[in-house]
Amino acid sequence: MLDELMVEIPCISIGGKIKTWTPNRPGRAISIHSALHSNSLRNSSLEDKVTIHFVNQAGIKTTTTVTEGETLLDVVIKKNLDISGFGACEGTLACSTCHIIFDKTFYEKLEPMVDEEMDMLDLAYGLTKTSRLGCQITVRKWMDGMTVQVPQEVRDTVGSEGSQ
Amino acid sequence: YASSHCIYFSGARGLGTSPAASCPKVCIVGGGPAGFYTAQHLVKTRPDVQVDIYERLPVPFGLVRFGVAPDHPEVKNVMNTFTQTAQHARCSFHGNVSVGKDVTVQELQEAYHAVVLSYGAEGNRTLGVPGEDLAGVHSAKDFVGWYNGLPTNRDLRPDLRCETAVILGQGNVALDVARILLSPVDILKNTDITQPALDTLAESSVRRVLIVGRRGPLQLACTIKELREMVNLPGTRPEMEASDFECIAKMLKVLPRPRKRLTELLLKVAVETPEETELERRNSAKRAWGFRFFRSPVEILPSDDLTRAAGIRLAVNRLEGEGEDVWAVTTGEVEDVECGLVISSIGYKSLPIDPAVPFDPRKHIIPNTMGRVQKCAAGLYCSGWVKRGPTGVIATTMNDSFDTARTLLHDMDEGTLDISTVKPGSAGVTTILEKRGVKPVLFSDWEKIDSEESKRGEARGKPREKLLDVGEMLKVAWT
Repeated sequence: MLDELMVEIPCISIGGKIKTWTPNRPGRAISIHSALHSNSLRNSSLEDKVTIHFVNQAGIKTTTTVTEGETLLDVVIKKNLDISGFGACEGTLACSTCHIIFDKTFYEKLEPMVDEEMDMLDLAYGLTKTSRLGCQITVRKWMDGMTVQVPQEVRDTVGSEGSQ
Repeated sequence: YASSHCIYFSGARGLGTSPAASCPKVCIVGGGPAGFYTAQHLVKTRPDVQVDIYERLPVPFGLVRFGVAPDHPEVKNVMNTFTQTAQHARCSFHGNVSVGKDVTVQELQEAYHAVVLSYGAEGNRTLGVPGEDLAGVHSAKDFVGWYNGLPTNRDLRPDLRCETAVILGQGNVALDVARILLSPVDILKNTDITQPALDTLAESSVRRVLIVGRRGPLQLACTIKELREMVNLPGTRPEMEASDFECIAKMLKVLPRPRKRLTELLLKVAVETPEETELERRNSAKRAWGFRFFRSPVEILPSDDLTRAAGIRLAVNRLEGEGEDVWAVTTGEVEDVECGLVISSIGYKSLPIDPAVPFDPRKHIIPNTMGRVQKCAAGLYCSGWVKRGPTGVIATTMNDSFDTARTLLHDMDEGTLDISTVKPGSAGVTTILEKRGVKPVLFSDWEKIDSEESKRGEARGKPREKLLDVGEMLKVAWT
């Protein structure tokens, strides 16, 4: 099946990201490129782990090691990271709850956003100039040591006016 | 998720010592996103709290089930996380219980340490114009409820034997209604839209939908995803007044990104000359849609026999003010538009549930500070639309519900909320309900309804065929 895909979808060779779902079909958005990549890695060294630090809404940092090819949403779910309400629509670009904030240097190396991601990201709570949706970001080796965070929760003292 | 919590907390339901009689017990009124997200946060953060969700209908999930459009199934994926919450050892769902009628809020406060009101907005704002009660005029809330199978709207029977429909309001709900009115039936037939709605839409004569707003293009309330869906809707073409868009292009560079992108797309569709293939596509499209700006409803005009809507009189507006703070002022001019269907999509509205709960009759919300209800004794909280007003998507409600949960937990920690006494929780409420002949639908009962709907849907190539009648739901729930 890998070979078939390589032949039928030539843009794989230039690193294009391809959505395999149509907007009205339920299910996860996956990147063909990353699916291929992680398949090919099964044969390569299992030491190709990438360390990523996640800072949750309460400012608590968790460190985890992951393999290339998964999305950051996959990581949060599989590693059961303590981030409230992450990934409500399960990676289908129908919400903005997998919103992740990057450091500038890492942000600039990410693959550019497609319109559909920007459409939803623009509605995210606590949007910054280095924000992306985690379901669209695939883990790469160069992300080793990267720290990402979600918007910090605003906790006013008793009696003061609302948050957000 | 559920099993790890069972191991950590020895009071798993049904085993040995029941959730410690003295554990903090919280009651949530309303089984929609606000209720579930509030419950989720509470249960996750404190290992001893027991949360019970009460819902008027036999079925959970509120507007996720009855509001989200049938052609947006991905948005409904949140039901999976709500299901996990409902199945958690320290959470239980009680459907078919009408708070304010079957049990009072005061009785809930006696049974629980805290009560969270998350019952949303079941009413709608009215236009307040003559002709609003004519046949052919519906609130978007009712129209959406109809195609989504809300039992109250089962007999709406909207008459779609007219060419033009006018929608008042330009938010995402208005766009949903426009899209459902104009979508090819081939697209709708594999969604969870109700069969009666599908049949009615298949016979529909509606060919033109106008989506009307008081102010201008820069105040357009819908979001870009929904606008794209209209632009890309097969078999339709956009029809707008170029004059509505004068002076808009030059504003683009000062707009923040979300507004800028929305406006760019709008201008492209409304004003720019399309290239050849798009031009051909538009010329062959049999259905049309468009925004009309600077128009307010003045009167809905009746048919000759005075029974139904035959048109709408719109006042022409101009704008005053600057920047974000811009409002519409009538110019004195009016314009009549012929139409047989008027859908008013100008906002949902919360209603008071119980005299014991303070309610702001002007803002139509429960007065609160960060989710803690004001002007009453401790122990009452609110989350979701009834707390902040009926706007925002599921993510907005999620953050809001987490905020309320944090306030409640803070109060527990600080002692502002007394959790030292033993409260009966759901056992106490069950006794009251039994006396009144009310039988709750538990989550496992809902799962039977869910399973039946999925089964019926499968036969038709749909994710589910919703039961439309409370009686039928209860029958399936209690088999």
